Amino acid sequence: MTYDVPVAPGEKAELEERVEGSSEGWPMWEVFVRARRGISHVHIGSLHAPDARTALQNARDVYTRRGEGVSVWVVPSSEVSAFEPEAAAEYVDANEKVYRLATTYEIPEEVGQM
Amino acid sequence: MAPPARFQEIIDSESKIEPSDWMPEGYRKTLIRQIAQHAHSEVIGMQPEGNWITRAPSLHRKAILMAKVQDEAGHGLYLYSAAETLGVKRNDLQELLHQGKHKYSSIFNYPTLSWADMGTIGWLVDGAAITNQVMLTRCSYGPYSRAMVRICKEESFHQRQGYELLIRLCQGSEEQKAMAQDAIDRWWWPSLMMFGPNDSDSPHTEQSMAWKIKRVTNDDLRQQFVDMTVPQADYLGLRIPDPDLKWNEERGHYDFGPIDWEEFWRVVRGSGPMNRDRVEHKKRAWDEGTWVREAASAHAAKQQRRAA
Repeated sequence: MTYDVPVAPGEKAELEERVEGSSEGWPMWEVFVRARRGISHVHIGSLHAPDARTALQNARDVYTRRGEGVSVWVVPSSEVSAFEPEAAAEYVDANEKVYRLATTYEIPEEVGQM
Repeated sequence: MAPPARFQEIIDSESKIEPSDWMPEGYRKTLIRQIAQHAHSEVIGMQPEGNWITRAPSLHRKAILMAKVQDEAGHGLYLYSAAETLGVKRNDLQELLHQGKHKYSSIFNYPTLSWADMGTIGWLVDGAAITNQVMLTRCSYGPYSRAMVRICKEESFHQRQGYELLIRLCQGSEEQKAMAQDAIDRWWWPSLMMFGPNDSDSPHTEQSMAWKIKRVTNDDLRQQFVDMTVPQADYLGLRIPDPDLKWNEERGHYDFGPIDWEEFWRVVRGSGPMNRDRVEHKKRAWDEGTWVREAASAHAAKQQRRAA
């Protein structure tokens, strides 16, 4: 099924999103789930809730209905700080420092696996 | 590298665009529109099946139906979250739906008249949705693609329970089989319309394909769906209501008859059997839930005061 909004012949696609009468709503939380013991929590999605306790309850209902996790974290989205090395690559190119990589060192074959 | 060139490089290399990346304004707006329509479809899609929860023929079928409707609420949530990464607010999108400025898939503007509709919706409507959503897992926008992966896993349950329901009906009495046939007679053509207008009448397809928001055209997806579904109807012993339907050896696909696009546009424009009911019901549910949201906010504020 297609979800791109069909535009009838002779009509123009309306791309604006102007809204009157909408309420602010609850803050957003990021949800992290540990799928099983021994592995890290992984970001799985987000949701809205008035506080951490409700966020956890909602996360349980929305993201772990089929045994997807053994532990859930919720974090207010506004508390997440981010850095993206990819965007900063033109200043600091990690690939220039190849001496940090194990594969740049040649070990004679007779030494065996190292 | 200039941001537009970087954007194109990511698209060309089959990598994913993430929320913090630069993106053309048209790409952003197209995604907001599409993801919102998709989210609204999941939410409105709860109604046709919710209609049968209290009348399910057994406790087992009732539990299945409730689980399915709950999944659809969850799918709506994943999708609104994906849309919010593009800088819009969920409440705004919902308000646009309430005001009739946003649409949802027209399939939900048809009524669910019999129990066999529960099976047919799972098999055909969710089957058509999966065909499209599997393609969308390869969409170039990361959050949308990830939401699709989760949704596809759950949709498989939706389709299989529907088909199994129909197997049971088709193995039952003559009346039950007739009920199943009546359901497919009503849902077949609207299901084919779910894939949208023919490619020749779909002006945005080209741009969406170039941006890799969409990976397969409407007509190709529709063909894929028909090819997959005809043998499944044969197994059930049900007749697909299309006299032109036949296997084309040369093409390696089924040929099928023309779609009534006038009906499609009539329903899109608001004159389907259920358009008005669906939106009114949605608004009523939101209004009647106000006290629940207010109580949750008040409780959260109280807990915070006590902890301070």
